[in-house]
Amino acid sequence: MSEWKPNIVVFACDWCTYQGADLAGSLRYEYPANVNIIRVPCTGRVEPEFIVSALSNGADGVFVGGCHPGDCHYKEGNYKAMRRFTLLKMVLTGMGFEAERVRMEWISGSEGKRFAEIMAEFNRTIEKIGPNPFRRDSNAG
Amino acid sequence: MPDKVKLAYFLSGGCGGCDMAIIDLSETLVDVLPYLEVVFWAPTVADVKYKDLEAMPDKSIDVGLYSGMVRLSEQEHIARVMRRKCKVLVAYGACAALGGIPGMGNMHTREDIFQTAYFDTYSTDNPEGVTPQVRCVVDGKYELTLPEFYGYVRPLQHVVDVDYFSGGCPPHHSFVGQAVVAVLEGELPPPGSWITSGKAVCDVCDRNPAGRGEQRHLIQSVKRTIDGVPEEGKCLLQQGYLCLGAVTQGDCGSLCPQVNIPCRGCGGPIPGVKDFGLRAIGSIAASLEKEELVEQIPSPVKLFYRYSLPASMLGRKIK
Ligand code: SF4
Ligand code: SF4
Ligand code: SF4
Ligand code: FES
Repeated sequence: MSEWKPNIVVFACDWCTYQGADLAGSLRYEYPANVNIIRVPCTGRVEPEFIVSALSNGADGVFVGGCHPGDCHYKEGNYKAMRRFTLLKMVLTGMGFEAERVRMEWISGSEGKRFAEIMAEFNRTIEKIGPNPFRRDSNAG
Repeated sequence: MPDKVKLAYFLSGGCGGCDMAIIDLSETLVDVLPYLEVVFWAPTVADVKYKDLEAMPDKSIDVGLYSGMVRLSEQEHIARVMRRKCKVLVAYGACAALGGIPGMGNMHTREDIFQTAYFDTYSTDNPEGVTPQVRCVVDGKYELTLPEFYGYVRPLQHVVDVDYFSGGCPPHHSFVGQAVVAVLEGELPPPGSWITSGKAVCDVCDRNPAGRGEQRHLIQSVKRTIDGVPEEGKCLLQQGYLCLGAVTQGDCGSLCPQVNIPCRGCGGPIPGVKDFGLRAIGSIAASLEKEELVEQIPSPVKLFYRYSLPASMLGRKIK
């Protein structure tokens, strides 16, 4: 178990968090290599299906990063995303997932350092709670 | 039209309401009856045995309707036999196609269910602690068997290949009529599809603001059906009653909203939606005014997955 590394999926809004990740890269802030970033046009585009697809395909942690409230390029996208995420999280915890396994944060394009820090922290959280229980459960049949 | 269409019907893990929906066809049934030959209808209507079905040649039955979910080994066995004997197999009704109401059992383990059903319920008197066993010997010589009770509920398509799906709990009888006529006339959609008009409940609902020249606004409160009486003619969701009509197939003609009850999704997901509950979560959350309202939604898993938990991406609660 010692060599297990969490598989982390990040949905990053192209206008902010994705730019923040880019900045983190160009400023050489280190963040875990097991973070897999998927670029989306806006957090409003992240359907509950996306997050659950990631989980049901074995992701150990799913992160959604978007523009700070008030800064969404499409005005309302991140507010809508927040309500959906809260409701989805209620359903996921009801289905037996740990609340920490999914997380949403606002990270702007200038917050490269913060992006790297939050990724490292999220990675530690997932390492602590362990592998995705859905994977263990479905392998058990 | 062919001479006679051979029909098989099996009531699996369901309540018999789907059988009733066929009987409710009344005149339509009388019209189509001369073209139908019921070769198997168990256990409700015809006096046929499993061995009769097993003895029929493979692919000798034109259409098989399978109603109810799969929880027991016996139900799984008949699903496989039906698949072999029928040219076209239909998951008929919410239980077969999605898991249905009994599918909410997937929020609990088999052990929990047995504990509740055989020990904890108020009316249960079980001093010897008897629970269902697959096999037991009585008086030292009579061997009795029961089907195995599996750990989880499955919709039919998780057990065998299914040609068509039909939603509804039960499917609305007028719609059953159309489906039967489509089968008779060989006008079926491509295999794998749902037999549906493709319209959502909202599309056929008289309360829809769009049909009344009104704008939809964000929802200001979350109400349960026991909270007050909905205003006549006005969209239930707009009044705070969490109606799932926007993501549900409307082949029922919006039966529930007509009688002040929000749609709970028995018709199954509108075309293109893979996971009913997740789409409903997305749609309801996006229409709420503020985040605090989200937290007021009671029992969200059983609200959004009332009819479709076993067919969802996650399928069941993690142990
Ligand atoms: S779909 Fe509804 S009516 Fe049909 S068997 Fe299931 S519970 Fe009964
Ligand atoms: S949300 Fe419900 S009440 Fe409103 S239009 Fe749709 S089906 Fe009718
Ligand atoms: S309104 Fe919804 S819950 Fe009611 S019968 Fe129609 S599909 Fe089913
Ligand atoms: S554009 Fe970044 S969250 Fe909408």
